[in-house]
Order: sequence, then structure tokens, then C-alpha cells
Amino acid sequence: MILDDFLVRAALGGTGVALAAAPLGCFVVWRRMAYFGDATAHAAILGVALSLVLSTSLFAGVLTVSLLMALAVSVLSGRGYAMDTLLGVMAHSALAFGLVAVSFVSGVRIDLMGYLVGDILAVSRTDLAIIWGGALLVLALLAYRWSALLTATLNPDLAHAAGLDPKREQLVLTLCLAMVVAVAIKVVGVLLIAALLIIPAATARPFSRTPERMALVAAAIGILSANGGLAAAYRLDTPTGPTIVCLATLLFLAASLVGHHRGRAAASRAPSPR
Amino acid sequence: MPLITLQDVAFSRRGNHILRGIDLSLSSGEIVTVVGPNGSGKTTLMRVIIGALAPTRGTLTRRPGLSIGYVPQRLHIDATLPMSVARFMALPRRHPADAVRTALEQAGADGLAERQMATLSGGQFQRVLLAHALLGHPDLLILDEANQGLDHRATAAFYRQIERVRREIGCAVLMVSHELHAVMQASDRVICLNGHICCQGSPETVAGSPAYRDLLGLDECDAVGFYRHHSSPAEASA
Repeated sequence: MILDDFLVRAALGGTGVALAAAPLGCFVVWRRMAYFGDATAHAAILGVALSLVLSTSLFAGVLTVSLLMALAVSVLSGRGYAMDTLLGVMAHSALAFGLVAVSFVSGVRIDLMGYLVGDILAVSRTDLAIIWGGALLVLALLAYRWSALLTATLNPDLAHAAGLDPKREQLVLTLCLAMVVAVAIKVVGVLLIAALLIIPAATARPFSRTPERMALVAAAIGILSANGGLAAAYRLDTPTGPTIVCLATLLFLAASLVGHHRGRAAASRAPSPR
Repeated sequence: MPLITLQDVAFSRRGNHILRGIDLSLSSGEIVTVVGPNGSGKTTLMRVIIGALAPTRGTLTRRPGLSIGYVPQRLHIDATLPMSVARFMALPRRHPADAVRTALEQAGADGLAERQMATLSGGQFQRVLLAHALLGHPDLLILDEANQGLDHRATAAFYRQIERVRREIGCAVLMVSHELHAVMQASDRVICLNGHICCQGSPETVAGSPAYRDLLGLDECDAVGFYRHHSSPAEASA
């Protein structure tokens, strides 16, 4: 059967993660939550340790800890420390505590690199089911709350006046973020998850006039990066997760150049831009 | 039944008493302006009324089914978020195309639908926000210093637009400003706020009241320009 091929499984896994990460990444970019994504992802290594100690599934451990981390940041924000300071403390301490905790787990030889930068070639059928289940759930949640999320992103008071609760929408994003981290850890690892969220969204910006289009273009770019990166890593014999991120970055650079060029062309057509 | 009634409303945060003892009610169709110095709680009061903040004391009653159109003080659209005027008008829910066109016309923002929000001038941006607030025929329009970033001429034009809108759709208007003379003439009632309501009444009454003049330091500085036609001889010669 076709799923017997590890490369096919890897391609499907990468595609699933990219599909969910791209639209969520747009919100991360619009709301300036990049560091928030980082903190949630770094906390995942603590989840790895937890799932090893309790011998639960990796997915459950990572999802739990990422969610707790995201909620803790949401609650603590605006209580004396600037957001970036708070996230800086929490992101790196979570990573450090996670690494220390993993070292306490005796008797199990674990490949730490696999969790830090991912091991997409080892994606199993079960992993695939979890990745696609999680990705579809994230997409469904985002689609269901799309307009409310956009309104709350523009201005929380505008959302209030329309009878929405911006805090609830923030919670939806937090939940989606934890879920994407949990499904992406196998594919790109905790260090590079934020890249998969942010780079495709940033790449899509110059080609988008509406938020929906930006999400779609980001998804296409994410899928292209995942599959192209996989192919490149296979040929060049390089680590797969980092190769995917490298390709995404090259696409970002190309898009920025095109966007810059088009911006200048538009500016020279319209003599008095306001 | 009034649109909104506040009874003895107070709001404090981290030991800061921002609002206290606010009794206020708004009837349909009236234009009410809240004036007060910086830090007097004007924006907090607006946020309590739209439901963004829960009062720490007192009660806020809304007429059942009340719909509010809100124009925020400042709306920053991040440069990474592509947003056309037409798309913005469909948030959080879509309206029929002719309703959108009517709202844009009423707000004096017709012809802007295809523009990106980020490329609008300050005056155009405020008119689009006004059009957005008018969608769905609000019973109450709330504007929080909606003239920020506009020069005098644009501010005056904006408030004339609001008066016109009120005549056309008959909604009540609650607005905050410190461009006093521009809004006061258009108001049925002026509320002078400084944590509590210092005084309120018709624009003429409030402009002449000692509490108002004291609060805004009108007798200390050059007050020419405020209500010259009601002013005292001493002020006119200043």
C-alpha cells in the first residue's frame, strides 16, 4: 500500500501540518504573537518529558503542557511585566526545564535531536492519523470563528460592541496553537515550529489584498515548503526539518523582493500615495 | 424606556478609582457629548457602556435588543493584515450589498469600497469607521474621540456628517470629545466628566457653569473661541 512508503507518509505529514499552521500563522503575524508561538512550542519539550515519565502518548503530553503554557502566558500578561519579557522568561525556562526533565528519565535512551528539530521520516501511520485529525480540527475551529477572530484582531472594543467576546476568541487561538505544536513536533521539532507558523504567512503578505487570500496563499507556500524541503533533504542528505524551514525562508526572500519591486512600481504609477 | 441606564456606576482598577457615582440615562434620538480633561475616565465610561468593562459597582441596564454602533478612538490595522474597505464592512457579519453602499454613502465614504484600509487618509478612515458603525441600523451610535488625527476643518465636517446621520436614521449619539466648540453646538446635552459627573445640561448651561470652567481651566487660559456668542465681556476682551 502507498502508505508503506516512509517518504509518502512524510510528505502527507508535512502537508497536514503546513495546512493547519498557515492560517493560524496569519493570526500569529497579525496579532504580533510570534514570541507567544515560540513559548508554546518550547514548552512542548517539557511535555515530551512528561509523556515519557507517565508513559502516555507523546501527543497528549505535549498538548497538555503547551496548552498550560499558552494559558499561563494569557493570564500573566499585563500583570507588571512587558509581554516580551514575560515570554522571554517563560519560553527559555520551559525549554531548559524540559531538557533537564528529559535527562532525569532513566532507562530510556531518547533521541533528543528528534524532538528539537523533528524526525519527519519516522512519521508512522498513527502519527499521520493524529496529525491530520489535529490539523482538520484546527482548520474547522478557525473557519467557524473566522469573522469573530478577525474582528477581535482588528480591535477588541469593536468586537465587544458587536456582542462578541475577544477573550474567548483569544482562547480559540491559544487552543489552536497548542494543537498545532502538538502535531508539528514530530515533523519540524520544537525549535522550528514557530518558523512554520510565521514564514509562510509573511511570505503570502505581498500577494494578498484580503485576509482570506493571505491564509490560502500561506497554506500553498507552507505545503510547497514542506514537500520541496522533504525532496531536497532526500537528495542532499540534510536534516529534513531544517531543510523545510530553509526552503520556506528562500521563498520568503523571493516574495519580499517581488513585493518590494511591485510596491515601488505601484508608487511610481500613483504620484501622490497617501 | 431609555436606551441605556447607569445607576451609581463605579469602575476601579488596581485601586485606581476611575469612575464613581455615575448616574446617566440616554433616550432614543438624543445627541449627548461627554467632555472632560485627560484621565477623567471618558474612554472608560464608553468601554463600560459597550460592555468591554464590567462596572465594579452599580448597575447598567440596556433596553432589550439594543444595537450599538461603535467608532473606536483609534483603530490600528497592522501592516501585515491586508484589509479592503469592503472586507472590513463585512466584519463581523456580512450585510447585503445595498445596505453596505447606503452606509458608506451616509457616512460620506462612498467610492472607497475597493481601497485598502491602510491607504486611506485620516478623514476617510474615520468615515469608513462611521459607515461600519451604521451598518445594521444601530439604536445608539457611540463615538470615542472619533476626531483624533483630523484637523479642524475635517473635524467640523465629520461632526456635521454625524448630525446628518442622526437626522436620517434617528439613532441616539453618545460621543466623547475635547474639541468642545465643534461638538457642543451639535449636542442636545453635554456631560462634564472628571471621575464623576461634575455637571450636565444643555451646551449653553454647561459652558457657563463654574464647575465646567474650573475643570477645563477656562478662566486661567485664553478661552477665546469657546462660545463667543455666549461669552462674558471679560472673556471677549481676552
